Order: sequence, then C-alpha cells, then structure tokens
Amino acid sequence: MMSGWAKISDIAANVRQGGLQASENIKSSLQKISELDEFKAIISTMDQRALERAAEIDTKISKGQDAGRLAGVPFIAKDNFLTFGGETTAASNILRGFKAPYQATVIDRLEAEGAVCVAKANLDAFAHGSSTENSDWFTTKNPHDKSRVPGGSSGGSAAAVVLDMAPFALGTDTGGSIRLPASFCGAVGLKPTYGLVSRSGVVAMVSSTDVIGPLASCTADAAIVLDVMSGQDDLDGTTIQRDKLSYSDLQGGLLGKKIGLVKEYMEEGISDGVRQCILEAVEKLKAAGAVVNQVSLPSLPLALAAYYIVCPAEVSSNLARYDGQKYGYSYAGAKDLDESYEQSREIGFGAEAKRRIMIGTYVLSSGYYDAYYKKAQLVRTKIINEISAVFENHDLLVGPTSPTTAFKIGEKASNPLAMYMTDIMTVAANMAGNPAISLPAGISDNLPVGIQLIAPMRGDRQLLIAAKAFEDLK
Amino acid sequence: MSRLNRDDVLKLARLSRLRLSRQEVESFASEISAILDYVETLDKVDTQGLKPTSQVTGLINVMRRDEIIEYRAKPVDLLSGAPSTEENQFKVKRVIE
Repeated sequence: MMSGWAKISDIAANVRQGGLQASENIKSSLQKISELDEFKAIISTMDQRALERAAEIDTKISKGQDAGRLAGVPFIAKDNFLTFGGETTAASNILRGFKAPYQATVIDRLEAEGAVCVAKANLDAFAHGSSTENSDWFTTKNPHDKSRVPGGSSGGSAAAVVLDMAPFALGTDTGGSIRLPASFCGAVGLKPTYGLVSRSGVVAMVSSTDVIGPLASCTADAAIVLDVMSGQDDLDGTTIQRDKLSYSDLQGGLLGKKIGLVKEYMEEGISDGVRQCILEAVEKLKAAGAVVNQVSLPSLPLALAAYYIVCPAEVSSNLARYDGQKYGYSYAGAKDLDESYEQSREIGFGAEAKRRIMIGTYVLSSGYYDAYYKKAQLVRTKIINEISAVFENHDLLVGPTSPTTAFKIGEKASNPLAMYMTDIMTVAANMAGNPAISLPAGISDNLPVGIQLIAPMRGDRQLLIAAKAFEDLK
Repeated sequence: MSRLNRDDVLKLARLSRLRLSRQEVESFASEISAILDYVETLDKVDTQGLKPTSQVTGLINVMRRDEIIEYRAKPVDLLSGAPSTEENQFKVKRVIE
C-alpha cells in the first residue's frame, strides 16, 4: 500500500499532455475500491457521474482545452461533504438516502480544476467520534491491522488513501478528526487554519472549530489540494483571505527554524513506542539544522475539557435542523408536531449524537451557561494567549498526534469519556484555530506513529514547508 | 458533582426534542454525569481578566448585498427531500392549538 499513485501534480500533467486518460484513472480507482471492500472504508461510490466527468475531461484534452491543475485526478470525499451523483449521509440513519440539492464549495472548486470525486468515505456519524465505530453503517478497519480502528472521525478517508483507492481524500477536523486517523493509518493529514477553506456545503458539527482538509500520501499532494480549495467564499462568512503565494511552493527547509517540543504532550499516558518515534524525529529535525527546545504550555491539557463543553453546545445547535420536516428521516406515524420531531430524531440519531445534543442543551441552559459554556470560552482565550506567546519566539510546535497507536475495535466503544481522551493532543489546535499537520514518523509494534507540527495562525505555508523538509529527511 | 437523575435527563430530552427509551434515560444519566464531572475540572482554572472567545478569525460584520442571486439550488430542489410540501412551502402539522 501507499503509494500506487504518482504525485498529484504528475498525474495531472500526464493527463493534460494526453499520456494518461482521466477515464483510466477513474476506472482504476473504482476497481481498487471494489477489490478492498473488506476494509469498509467506503459508504458509496458514484460510478456514473465520475465516469461521465472523466469522459468530459478526456474530450477537453483531445480538443486542446485546459483541463485544470488536477485534471483526471480521482478523490474520495468524507460522507459529510454534500456532493452530486449519489447520497450524502454523514454516516447517520437520519440522512440515509438523502440526495444533496447542491454541492460543497470545495467540491465545486476541485471539480473546476479537473478532479473527479469517485466515492464517499465512512466516518463516525456526524463526525462524532475518534474511531469510526459510531458510524451507522460499519466500522472501517485499519489497513495495517484489521482488528484495530483507523481512527476517526475521518477514518474512511485515511484508510482509503493508505489503501491507494485514490491519491487524496477529503476530511474534516473539528477536534482532531483528520490528524488522528492520518496518524493511526500512516497518512499525511492536514488541518488548515480555521477559516482558510470554505465550509459551505459540509455538514456542520462545531461551527467555531470545524475545518476542511486533505489526507494524502505526501505533503506536496496535500499542499496542492489546499491551494485549489482555499480562499474566501461568499457562501461562508467565516472564511479568511488566503496566502497570496501558492501553498504548493514548498522550498525553505528547516535550517534555523525554532521548534518547541511540547512538554505536556510528552508526559505520562504516551506509549514508549510513540515517545521513541517522536524523540527520534526530533533528532532528525536537529540534524537538519532546526533548533528544538522543550516548551511548556500548561493550559494545553485544559483544551480537552473546554472542547467537550463547546463541542456538544454547538452540536446541539447544528443538529436542531434534523427535525423530520425538511429532509432526512421523518417518522411516518406522528399524531402531532412534537411527536414528529421527537420520534424522527429518536429513531434517526445514534447514541453519540443524542449524548452530545443533550450535554450541549445542558451546558447552554439557563443557570448553567456561565459555569460551563462561558467558562469554556474563557479557558479558550487562555489557550489562545499561551499559544500566541510561544509563537513569538518559535516558528513551530512539535509533539505526537496521539498518545498511542491504533487501539482495538471495541476497546473504547463502551466508554465515551475514554474515547474523548484520544483527542488530548489534537484539540488545542482546534480551539485556537491554528494550522496543524500529522506526518508519518515511524512504526511502533507494526503500527504507524504520527508526528504533529503546529504553526501560527495563517502559517499554513510555513507549516507545509517544514512538513516537506521533515518528509525529505528519510 | 453533577449526578443527573431520571427527571433531569427527561427534561433535557424534552428540550432536545428526543423521545428516549427507558434504557436510554438510565444509561445517558450515568454517561452524561461522568462527562460533566470531567469538564467541571475547568471550575478551578483562573480566568480572571479574560474575555470569552467565540470565534478565532477576528472577522466582524461580514456583509453582502440584500438582493436575490442565482443561488446554487432552486426552491423545487430544496423542497425535494421534504415529506410534505404545498405551494412551494414545507408543510408541517398544526403548530398552534
């Protein structure tokens, strides 16, 4: 596995020059998906639309027309991205059968550059989870060990990339859901700065932390996808201006870069194998000319508790729309409106969605709002201030993506709080909005270990430059 | 220190428009209590003098012109998933008795 595909820019160049047919690429991708169904990474494929679009691209090329920077490149979208050509389910029964009336902005942008969406990847329902065990469809298997989880919530996307089903996949990262599965499966997973990529047409979970990003087999591939997707969008009022320079320009290296190894991420709870891999990676960074020292960010461990207040609060608001009246599952036998609401949601939602909706309702309710939600947002400010302060004399932060490698299927499924703890190292970047990336950094007990780099707000180019330099150190 | 009892959970369920089963009421009571116990560790954190953060972009008043545009989907498409519609509107059961 990883990677049977050439680099994305090479695939597209080859297609544009007529050396490779878009249709061939799409057929290869669909065949791979079919062959590897046992890993349950994919919820649905869109064969017809994908082949039609590929044929259009091949026709364009034969007429000498520009087919785009991603011409003929197949990709897989997490099933919380609205797409034409099939269903969008968010892996929840409440959206089973739902056909989107419009597409996500990022899907439109990728298609405009010639990329072709071939399938929808499995996820924890509504992206609530760290393992894909909360999917109302099935649990995706880790490509390295089928008895283990791929991580989540973008578990299907990470597994699909590692299994070579497509050169890249799209995921969402709200508390770590791109970086964690990338770490568990051995892929590159990028969480851009909050606001850099439009969320229009992506099922909302936590509006103040949700971010869209690519999973791929190398940094250059993640970078070109970011470059195509990013930038202000009138349909998403939270989007920021992108960097004027291309995110694909990755020259720079590590010489002289000041990197802080986060002390709180290297303490108890992390496995010996993970610690070993990270320390070895740090030595490599030093050998490449980076200056690495230990930094302490004592408020970072608070991010998890703050997140598990803010997250359910915003989830309870964002999931209010699933009420059985406008789209999605609707309970047929309701006598009155209340019964229609209550039964549609009771039957349509899974346990984790219900838990989060109720916790969110509680922490936002009168009498509790100040103690919980407001307090969490104050702690959020504390975290942001601490991170900003450390970036005044550092270029990057480094640490593991996760305290352990992939755990066994079923190991944490019956303990919601234990499952939440998996996000301990990823959530701070979500609460503060900083860009972060997980890169493969070795193996422990035959399972991939991910190293996490975090950059200042809007420092996505610097992050990718450092990631590329680290990758090149092999 | 938040032991949620049956009534607390039923109140939350009502606010959340969820018709929970008896088993769910019991299991959620203990699961949610455990989670609230964990997040309450924030009580002890010193946040004197800080302002709450509700968003991290710093953007304010992102405006657009108040005009009808060719939006990405037509009303007929947006209504197509509904269980009941009438005259270009979503039709629901009686709201006011």
